Amino acid sequence: MELPSGLKYSREHEWVRVEGNIAVIGITDFAQSELGDVVYVELPEVGTEVEANNTFGVVESVKAVSDLFAPVSGVVLEANTTLEDQPELVNSEPYEDGWMIRVEMKDESELNDLLEADSYRAYIEEESG
Amino acid sequence: MTNADQELRRTSLYETHKAAGAKMVPFAGYEMPVQYTGVIDEHRAVREAAGLFDVSHMGEFEARGREAGAFIHKMVTNNVRRLEVGGVLYAAMCREAGGIVDDLTVYRLDEERYMAVVNAANIEKDWEWMASHHTEDCAFENVSDETGLLALQGPKAESILAKLIPGGGDLADVPYYGARYKDVAGCEVLVSRTGYTGEDGFELYCKSADAPALWDALMSEGGGEGLKSCGLGARDTLRTEMKYALYGNDIDESTHPLEAGLGWVVKYKAGDFIGREKLLALRAEGIKRKLVGFEMVDRGIPRHGAPILVEGEVAGEVTSGTMSPSLGKAIGIGYVPASNADEGAALEIDIRGKARRAQIVKTPFYRKS
Repeated sequence: MELPSGLKYSREHEWVRVEGNIAVIGITDFAQSELGDVVYVELPEVGTEVEANNTFGVVESVKAVSDLFAPVSGVVLEANTTLEDQPELVNSEPYEDGWMIRVEMKDESELNDLLEADSYRAYIEEESG
Repeated sequence: MTNADQELRRTSLYETHKAAGAKMVPFAGYEMPVQYTGVIDEHRAVREAAGLFDVSHMGEFEARGREAGAFIHKMVTNNVRRLEVGGVLYAAMCREAGGIVDDLTVYRLDEERYMAVVNAANIEKDWEWMASHHTEDCAFENVSDETGLLALQGPKAESILAKLIPGGGDLADVPYYGARYKDVAGCEVLVSRTGYTGEDGFELYCKSADAPALWDALMSEGGGEGLKSCGLGARDTLRTEMKYALYGNDIDESTHPLEAGLGWVVKYKAGDFIGREKLLALRAEGIKRKLVGFEMVDRGIPRHGAPILVEGEVAGEVTSGTMSPSLGKAIGIGYVPASNADEGAALEIDIRGKARRAQIVKTPFYRKS
């Protein structure tokens, strides 16, 4: 499983790439593999305020609907609209073209609640027993 | 998710599935494969080549004796009296009040021997219901545990299966909705040309202990033809594209066959059956709601339980829905008022609190080109 080391990870299986005060958010390789074929993604509009640990959208596989949880609070600057037509990018490139939203962070200290790659790996190993 | 401490049952193919890397999920009290490589991949294999499914969790009841046919006839809506040896029919089983106990297939295996094949989730309920109407005139037995069932489906199903029948066996003698006993890869198999995918294909009944050997023989014979092992995920998308009802989703005890689009398996003139009077009355009154198929116009996937709106008012409910792998469109099935059930009629589906446009379309959604 791919877990790039420069990213921060949430216990809800989202990743965050920090670019100054901007957080780029997507779901992890683990999350996409658990979901299976992603066929639909619904993301917030630009300007929407998202709040840490609250839902900001949904991702659907053939079988199931899953909520997307914001790892940090802030305002949505951009949503990856390519996923409307190519939701499968979430499966094939979860950390690159499968990204979901760019958020201007409100409180960068929230990043401290997120996990580094190693501790996230330990977390999912424990979770999947 | 099913309660984790509930003891899940396993089919004789459990180890085979695990070895093949299947993702297992609880379904109808069984631990079953939901997918191997991916739902879309498996779905396409069935439409374009062939897929192999383990459906051993389904239930089989056998009735034997001079009155066996009359007994089964009384229990189901279709005309069992007209069934010839080697014939299969699809039917609903109803309560007196018309509600659907289950949908099932009935086989006439011999002059005085019939088999009813029921949904896994309903085995106990069906057994109780049927046993309560069963008289001493025939033997009635639940053979679910000793029966294995594989579904081999897709355009390549026949050629793959034929190679495993000694003497270059021919399957021309197995008509659609017909079944014959054959030696397949050394196992005694009831080969039935039936399925739940809309493709040509077979359901293969064998001894539960023989299922792993039969599975392996089919997979190694079919590998070169594109045969893939398939899970319940693909089974669901395939049947949804055909608008085949799934018990517990599209039909249940609160629905009756006429509104569910199963009027074609209700044979009033064939003699009495449980629910006949009520269904006659319902037919005379006129059907109030209908199970229809629709396509989404707006973005969103309709899911089981989502409200259906007609002119802004809640008028029904989605019973099944998915992103159709064959069509690349979001499709759904649900009950709507009979007054707004025509092809082309506009609907809205409430998905996460937002009304999204949909349109009733002709079904099956998927047709072979």
